[in-house]
Amino acid sequence: MKVFELVEELGLKVFSGHKGLDREISGGYVSDLLSDVMGNAQEAQVWITLQVHQNVMAIASLKDLAAVILVSNLEPQENTKRNSDDESIPILGTSLPAFEIAGKIYQLFNR
Amino acid sequence: MKQFRTDLHIHTVLSPCGDLEMSPSNIVSIARNRGLDIIGITDHNSTKQCELVWKLGRSSGLTVIPGCEMTSREEVHCLGLFEDFDAMRMFQSFLDQHLIVIPNKPLLFGYQLVVDEDENIMEEVVNYLGASLDVSIEEIEQKVHELSGIFIPAHIDRPRNSLFSQLGFFPPELKVDALQISKNTDEAAIRKEFRISEEITVVKFSDAHFPDDLGKIFTIFEMESPSFGEIRKALHGVDGRKILIPSPSP
Repeated sequence: MKVFELVEELGLKVFSGHKGLDREISGGYVSDLLSDVMGNAQEAQVWITLQVHQNVMAIASLKDLAAVILVSNLEPQENTKRNSDDESIPILGTSLPAFEIAGKIYQLFNR
Repeated sequence: MKQFRTDLHIHTVLSPCGDLEMSPSNIVSIARNRGLDIIGITDHNSTKQCELVWKLGRSSGLTVIPGCEMTSREEVHCLGLFEDFDAMRMFQSFLDQHLIVIPNKPLLFGYQLVVDEDENIMEEVVNYLGASLDVSIEEIEQKVHELSGIFIPAHIDRPRNSLFSQLGFFPPELKVDALQISKNTDEAAIRKEFRISEEITVVKFSDAHFPDDLGKIFTIFEMESPSFGEIRKALHGVDGRKILIPSPSP
């Protein structure tokens, strides 16, 4: 599944990083500890988090993640959006909390 | 130049996790007895106990710096220290404006008490001070610096509530006056592990929550006098001022 397909399927908001919407998604990872994501997220996963800090994008880029999904209507900081455009890694948004959006994505990958 | 034993990270009975014995008068007398010259009062997200500790310190020859240990929205703990009570009070308004409101449950989290010098309870703070502020670490740092304060991320080596646990690596836009490491740690090892530039000063403070913790862990500040301006200069190595972390005693 590609990022734009996930966006359409779940009605996600696209904040930034539009050039990366055709990235292929391998799965997902949920964590709000950036040190944990650095250690344990896998390439091409979508990262579900409530962290909006600029460092989120640096880690997404380091791990070559497919996209970042911000939960519960949170919005990225301006510099985070800029980094997302520079790295072509989309930042997506949902009104749902992490548990629910992770459940929906899990279902999509296991249907 | 003189050497001053300095510990700028101490909690009082106001912090929910602070021991009930950490009253302003106990802290001042224990700090003095154990040879500290300068202490910083840094309760979680509140400055309400600083003024009394400062007052008691002044009459016993102990320099007390008013401050606070803030929790950013990323749940990074960081220290803010202030030169005077005007700056501290302005920072207190910032805290009041940004602390996420969660009623404290004293039996679960601990009591949050403002006491007087005879240990009478003057106020019990109702909102949980262990909650986080709704602003980023950079916004907090900018506020502290706007008030001419000193900004030091706390216990950066810890696996939780630290700059590196929460944010993975040093944020590019953050301006720090120093980084604080925990007791029983080795500065060189931590510098290597987290790739801390030699230009950034590292200090070791106690993060004392209990009377027993006071006086064992400190950093020596080599400077002209025990003043706020000198502390800032020492942290930035201005004109031969120095910071020395004593090696742990066996």
